[in-house]
Amino acid sequence: MGAYRCALPARNATADSSPHSTIHSPHNTQGILPMPAISAENLTKNFDDFVAVDSISFAIDEGEIFGLLGPNGAGKTTTISMLSTMLKPTAGKATVNGCDILDQEDGVRKSIGIVFQDQSLDEELTAYENMDFHGRLYRIPGEQRKEKIGELLALVGLEDRRHDLVKTYSGGMRRRLEIARGLLHEPKVLFLDEPTLGLDPQTRNHLWEYIERLNREKGITIILTTHYMDEADRLCDRVAIIDHGTIIAMDTSQALKNQIGGDVVIVESPDPDAAADVLNAPWVANIERRDGSVVLSMQDAEHHIPEIVTDLHRHDIAITSLSVHNPTLEDVFLHFTGRSIREETASGMETMRMFHQRMRR
Amino acid sequence: MDIIYTIWLRNIKRYLRSKSRIVGSLGMPLFFMLVLGFGLNSVVQIPDTGQGYFEFIIPGIVAMSVLFTSVFSGIQIIWDKQFGFLKETLVAPVSRLEIMLGQTFGGASTAFIQGLIILVLSLFIGLSLSSAAGFVIAFLFMVLIGIAFTAFGIAIASRMEDMHGFQLIMNFVIFPIFGLSGALFPISSLPAWVQPLTLLDPLTYGVEGIRYGLTGASQINPVVSFIVLTAFSGLMTVAGAWLFRKMSI
Ligand SMILES: Nc1ncnc2c1ncn2[C@@H]1O[C@H](COP(=O)(O)OP(=O)(O)O)[C@@H](O)[C@H]1O
Ligand SMILES: [Mg+2]
Repeated sequence: MGAYRCALPARNATADSSPHSTIHSPHNTQGILPMPAISAENLTKNFDDFVAVDSISFAIDEGEIFGLLGPNGAGKTTTISMLSTMLKPTAGKATVNGCDILDQEDGVRKSIGIVFQDQSLDEELTAYENMDFHGRLYRIPGEQRKEKIGELLALVGLEDRRHDLVKTYSGGMRRRLEIARGLLHEPKVLFLDEPTLGLDPQTRNHLWEYIERLNREKGITIILTTHYMDEADRLCDRVAIIDHGTIIAMDTSQALKNQIGGDVVIVESPDPDAAADVLNAPWVANIERRDGSVVLSMQDAEHHIPEIVTDLHRHDIAITSLSVHNPTLEDVFLHFTGRSIREETASGMETMRMFHQRMRR
Repeated sequence: MDIIYTIWLRNIKRYLRSKSRIVGSLGMPLFFMLVLGFGLNSVVQIPDTGQGYFEFIIPGIVAMSVLFTSVFSGIQIIWDKQFGFLKETLVAPVSRLEIMLGQTFGGASTAFIQGLIILVLSLFIGLSLSSAAGFVIAFLFMVLIGIAFTAFGIAIASRMEDMHGFQLIMNFVIFPIFGLSGALFPISSLPAWVQPLTLLDPLTYGVEGIRYGLTGASQINPVVSFIVLTAFSGLMTVAGAWLFRKMSI
C-alpha cells in the first residue's frame, strides 16, 4: 500500500520516441527514473472571472518538506485542492506520485494523505471510529487497520481518549487526530493545509516536531501551507512564496534570504525620504521606504552602523531608532511584494472563521 | 460493498447515538396517531371496508414517519458538506456511487427503524396483528419508501448550498406529498379533481402497500403498488447518484 505508485505519466510516455520502450515496465520505473513527488505545470484555476491560481509551475522531490507561503487569499488552498483532485484545474497539468491529477484521480487519491484547512472530522464519532472509518474507506484489512490505528493514536498522544467523542476534543487534539488519520493509509505524499492554525504555540511546536519526525523516519513528502513564516523557515527544505495566485519566489529559505542582500537594517526617522537619499551608498544592496522608516539590506551590517549614524548626523537628519536583524522570510516576502504578510490580522481572521464554524455546530 | 457498508455503518452509529432525534421525530407521528386516530375513531368509518379510522390511519402514520426520517437523512449530507466531513469521504479512492448508495441505505435503515417504532407502539395502543406475512409486506414497502426518499433527499442536498432551503422543501414538497398520499383519507372519498394528483403521488403506493400488509385491505392492488414504488425508488436512486456525482464542494 505504501509502495503505491502510478506508472509513468502520460506526458513522458508520449515524449518518448519509441512507444515500445522497455523503460515503461513497472519493475523499472522505481529507482531507475527519479520521479518528482509532485510536479505542476502552468496550473491555473479561475473562479468565474477571478484568477485564484495563475499558471504556477513547480516540482517537489520525494522526501522533501515543501512550504507554500502566502497571505490569505493567495491561492494556497486552491492549489492543494487541485493537487488532491478535489478541484478541477481550469488549465495546466500536474502529477502527484506519478499520477496525473486529471486522468488518474484514483491513483492520486491512493497516494496522498491530506489535512484540510477546515476541520473534517465527524464529531459525533469517537477518535477511534473516525480512524476506523478512514481505514475502511482506504480498504485496509481488519487486523492491520486495528493495529495501525492504535499505533498512530499513541503517536499523537490520543491513546487514552480514543473512545471519547470528538466533540469533546480541544482544537489541538482534533488537529492531531486529523494528522494521524491522514497517515493511516501510509501515503507517499502528505498535504497539510494550515495545520497549526488557531493552535497555541506549545501545541504548534509539538506538531511540527512530529511532522518533522514523520518526514525523517518514513520519508514522506510533505507539502504544507502556513502563514507563520518562522515555522516554515525552520521546517521546510524549500519554500515557494505565493501571492495573488502566482509564485513570486521559490528556493531554500536561506537562498531566498541571501537574495535580499545580507542583513536588514531599519532606520526610523522623522524625515525618512531625506534619510533614504543620504543612505544610498554603494555598500547598500537594497533600499526601501516602508511607512516611517528606511529599510536597508547590506552585508556585515554591524560594521556599517557607525557609518550610517555619522552620515545621517552630518546631514542633520534625526534618528528615532535603529535596528539590525538577520533577514527572515518575512523580509523576503516584503522584498518581493512590497507588502507585509500581516501575520497577525490574517491569522486573527482565520481563527475567527474557524471559531465561527465551530459555533455553528 | 465494503465501502457501502462503511458509510452505512456511520449513519447507523450516528442515528443510534442521537437519542433526542429519535424521540423528537416520534412526536408528530404520535400526535397524529393519538389525536386523529382516537379523536376521529368514533366519528369516522371508512366507507368500503368498514374499518375504524384508527386502523385506517396507522399505515399512513408509519409511512409518514418513514418519509420524514428518510428525507431528513438524505438532506443531512448538507451538514457533512458544511462541517467538512464530506471532503474526507470524497478525497478517498472510492467512487461517489458507493458513497451515495451507502448514504441511501443508511438513511433507509434509520427511516425503517423509525417507522418500526411507530408500528410497534400502535400494536400496544390497539392495532391488531393480522398475519406475519402481512408484516413482511408492510416492511418491504417501508424499506422502499425509505430508499426512494433518502435518495430524493440526497438529490436535493446535492443542489443546495446550506440548510436554508430545507424549510422550503419541507413545506412545498414533503408536506404535499404526505397530504396527497391517501395517508389520512381514503382515495375514493376525495373530490374527483384531487384523485389524479393522489395517483401521481408516489407515497400513495407506499401507504397503500403498507395498508394492505397491515390490514389486508387496500384500494390499489398491492402488486401495482409494489411495481410503481420500486420503479420510483430506482428512479430516485439514479437521480440522486447522478446529482451527487455532479455536486461540487
Ligand atoms: N469556491 C470558490 N469560489 C470563488 N472564489 C474562491 C473559491 N475558493 C477560493 N476562492 C478565492 O480564491 C482566492 C484564493 O483562495 P485560497 O486558495 O483559499 O487562498 P489561501 O488558501 O491562500 O488563503 C481567494 O480570493 C478566494 O476568495
Ligand atoms: Mg487557505
